[in-house]
Amino acid sequence: MSMPFYVSPEQVMNDKAQYARKGVARGRSLCAIEYDEGILLAAENPSEVLHKISEIYDKIAFAGVGKYSEFDALRRAGVQFADVRGYQYSREDVDARSLANAYAQMMAHTFTNDIKPLEVEILVVEVGPTQGEDRLFRITFDGVVLDEDHFSVIGGEAEPIAERLKQSWQPDLSLADALRTARAALAGDDHSIEPGQLEVAVLTRTNGRRAFRRIEKDALETILAPAAS
Amino acid sequence: MIEQGTDFVALLRASGHEPFPTAGAAGPTPPIPHATTICAIRYADGVVMAGDRRATAGNIIAHRAMEKIYPADRHSGVAIAGAAGAAMEMVKLFQLQLEHYEKLEGIALSFEGKANTLAQMVRSNLTAALQLGMVVVPLFAGYDLRRKKGRIFTYDVTGGRYEETDYQAEGSGGRDARTTIKLGWREDLPRAEAIELAIQALWEAADEDSATGGPDPIRGIYPMMATITEAGFEELPDAEIAERFDAFIERKRRQSNGNQPQPVAATRSRARSRSTEGGEPS
Repeated sequence: MSMPFYVSPEQVMNDKAQYARKGVARGRSLCAIEYDEGILLAAENPSEVLHKISEIYDKIAFAGVGKYSEFDALRRAGVQFADVRGYQYSREDVDARSLANAYAQMMAHTFTNDIKPLEVEILVVEVGPTQGEDRLFRITFDGVVLDEDHFSVIGGEAEPIAERLKQSWQPDLSLADALRTARAALAGDDHSIEPGQLEVAVLTRTNGRRAFRRIEKDALETILAPAAS
Repeated sequence: MIEQGTDFVALLRASGHEPFPTAGAAGPTPPIPHATTICAIRYADGVVMAGDRRATAGNIIAHRAMEKIYPADRHSGVAIAGAAGAAMEMVKLFQLQLEHYEKLEGIALSFEGKANTLAQMVRSNLTAALQLGMVVVPLFAGYDLRRKKGRIFTYDVTGGRYEETDYQAEGSGGRDARTTIKLGWREDLPRAEAIELAIQALWEAADEDSATGGPDPIRGIYPMMATITEAGFEELPDAEIAERFDAFIERKRRQSNGNQPQPVAATRSRARSRSTEGGEPS
């Protein structure tokens, strides 16, 4: 008669966490920072069609790093969650907090019950009527939710980037300054990021009902140009 | 995580919501509010959509300021005639479906795709239309960014979808509105003339059809109008509509001066007195 293997739950969790962390660390980092008119999201992303940043709902955006197929599935689930909720109640009743909680449940469930944890880290951000009411939620592979102020970074290099943003972030940055701050923080001292390598989107207080807007490569070059000259 | 592709209606059903009325035993339904006259006209830059503001339930005016033109997304609009409750729900669902698709896929549906989506929704309402009399006939119009022109689609109750080349009007006053547009329409109408034609069409519809509301300057309620061009859906400001209607009415008044119908007050009072004398019920 064969004895079933015993592995302590602690060991299982540690192994899973290590596996997930490795997966997340392979991806390039991404940050969200508040500026005077809303929230700017910037990612180093060489692809123009496979997005890391996208719209979830009127005032809510999503960003993910790690394994594309996995965070894209989470993005779709988020759009579904938000649209059904908005249909059932009203558009005002869809907020980032409840969405972040739903994500946390989903990701924690996968982490605990599935053999393979999700190799992703995500951001759920919501632009409020004033800067004080902006919300930034960071959710890790195991479903831990972190409510962050002013800026948030995910991905393999998150810590050094967050450290740089701590130094450079100021309240009431203009869009151009926020973009430069984000680019410099993502790049660090050892390399630079061309506009073509950046994926940028903003949630603005002034853009009407749907606050989400992508800033394409041409517009990026225009915004970043004055610093170069 | 629920996998439903991009079908928002299927997603709603999977999460326990039934967006379309399901008829049980068919019985006599009480009078329900109905929306009446709507029209769409293709012009040089796109399309203009217009609708009166009256909703009727049987012979009662149910609502005086109902809105019948809605943006479906940035480059299209939908106008509704028929059972008001079901129609508004359908519009809401249609708007959500278009946005849902756009967000999931990262690109908007083609114009044709939008028109087909609405056809499916009209067809889903067929049971309610036949058993409960909740007929909904939307008018879908907008600017096709790929073909670079305004396009108009109409629907029948079974979900049949028909593309109109130049203009269309629906609802109880639709026939009068359509005839009016037919007489004034030509290719490449400028914006101002297209709006003027829509105003005239709604005026004639309200003149002939009791369920269609005319301009109501006392309450400040005027028909609703919107243009859809390459720049997107744009509702005309109330002030502009009021000004144009007032000018139109002023023109009408001048035209009919000197051509007043004979006063009828005298003959009517004579008729009444005769009937009281005779004791006959009038």
